[in-house]
Amino acid sequence: MEAIYQFINQQLLMPMSAMMFPADLQAEGLYLMQTSLKVMAILSPVLFTVAYFTYAERKIIGFIQGRIGPNRVGFFGFKLWGLGQPIADAVKLIVKEIVIPSGANKTLFVIAPIVSLAPSLAAWAVVPFDDTKVLADINAGLLYILALTSLAVYGVIIAGWASNSKYAFLGAIRSAAQIVAYEIAMGFALVGVLVAAGSLNLGDIVMAQSGSVFHWFWLPLLPLFLIYFISGVAETNRAPFDVAEGESEIVAGFHVEYGGMAFSVFFMAEYANMVLISVLSAIMFLGGWLSPLQGILPESVLSSEVIGSLIGPGLHWLLIKTSIFMFFFLWLRATFPRYRYDQIMRLGWKVFIPITIVWLVVVSALVVAGVPPWFD
Amino acid sequence: MIELIVFYIFGALLLGAATMVVVMRNPVHAALFLVLAFFCSAAIWLLLQAEFLAIALVLVYVGAVMVLFLFVVMMLDINMVTIREGFARYLPFGLFVAILMFLVMGLVVSSDYFLSDAFSTFSHVREGYSNTQHLGQTLYTEYLYQFEIAGAILLVAIVAAISLSMSKAKVTKAPNPGDQVTVKKQDRLRIVKMDAEGKE
Repeated sequence: MEAIYQFINQQLLMPMSAMMFPADLQAEGLYLMQTSLKVMAILSPVLFTVAYFTYAERKIIGFIQGRIGPNRVGFFGFKLWGLGQPIADAVKLIVKEIVIPSGANKTLFVIAPIVSLAPSLAAWAVVPFDDTKVLADINAGLLYILALTSLAVYGVIIAGWASNSKYAFLGAIRSAAQIVAYEIAMGFALVGVLVAAGSLNLGDIVMAQSGSVFHWFWLPLLPLFLIYFISGVAETNRAPFDVAEGESEIVAGFHVEYGGMAFSVFFMAEYANMVLISVLSAIMFLGGWLSPLQGILPESVLSSEVIGSLIGPGLHWLLIKTSIFMFFFLWLRATFPRYRYDQIMRLGWKVFIPITIVWLVVVSALVVAGVPPWFD
Repeated sequence: MIELIVFYIFGALLLGAATMVVVMRNPVHAALFLVLAFFCSAAIWLLLQAEFLAIALVLVYVGAVMVLFLFVVMMLDINMVTIREGFARYLPFGLFVAILMFLVMGLVVSSDYFLSDAFSTFSHVREGYSNTQHLGQTLYTEYLYQFEIAGAILLVAIVAAISLSMSKAKVTKAPNPGDQVTVKKQDRLRIVKMDAEGKE
């Protein structure tokens, strides 16, 4: 990875910046191109994951319900368990016409899907993949994440209003009320992480969890961990909190008027948000890239040349942990019926927020008292 | 150099968006332009390396306040014609306020604090300096009393708002989940033993 980056940097970016920019802007131009390259290196796998997450969803829910799921579309005549399905879906959606309703507000109607996808991609800027690999190693990383996840609601509200349709508007209002409610619980859960780690930097938060599996924050912050993940499910408007779409009540909610690529951008935003919530849960509560074998095996084994790259700390552990949470999203959808709306509100305001506030006091007390093994 | 370009882009966007907030006929559009204005000012604060303030602006105003604001504005059926009726009548007063604001702002900006040599260029903080930490420490030591008083005022405001909205004893038919969970078979179901009718 490092070698490839260095190669591209020296062979491609440096000559290009020398050609494109005047001499006094050389350094800035190079920096811009390097950053764009890094952004692409992060976002291409994310979008690939989003595409195959839809496939995984259909397959896994199929297996849970005793069906097969998509198994026809393959490559070059081979069916390959339907692995070509996401690509076929993407082609279909790109080719389809985007219908803009005559009563709709055209500009906002087109902007809405973009507004809903952008924050879920922008948040990846501060996600640490390794102790060195992070695009923007900023001090206020956690705050940045919180601010960006709070922006996701705009896409839904704007889409609902601009569509000029009653179902869409109902969906938008449901979703806005729900997201505002769960965002507070989510924010308080993150404050708990901040208190426990003593830093807003996501890399420092992971490092504060090093030791063993029991040093990870899932144990001292267990209620906050559960609340964060459940609020994450509610924030992404996924089952069992998917009243914003509620097929049986309001057809498809806020995106009922959307078709083709405009719809699929909403779809991508939903899945990108799920991946983001999963990776954030893994970073903040399950020790990010840290190895679960830390504390069991001696350090010399974990940092050794060959075996250490497999069982030592690294990107692969983060991916495994993220996949666990992504699987939970699908499992929840296949298992639970949709929540009743008043109970969603009750759960958010009257159950989650009080629990987080109480646990915040508990965590602060633990930190002040320096309770081992986490805070000594 | 890049900082200057970014500053001018966001500065122009901010001024444009702020103008549109006032000019727009549709209140929803005006509210969305206000969101854009908040966003651009957050970007300018980021350029000044005040990352906590910038992100807090986005988090609080864009993420929470404006969402509720949009919520209300979208639900209301605002007729702009009736609002614009009093335009000529209130124009002198409005002009007076505008000129007063302009003068006050001019006084502030031309004071010693805002001279161009005080802000000659974008200041760079040293490596590892945390805006958030510094702010927290100042807030909880030097300005502790002011902070506590602000907290108390906010608490009073919350209590007042809740008591205002709860003043009428509402009759709702919303079921209590606690009752629903603890309900027993005997509460809902009564089995009556009856003799089968005999054949006639």
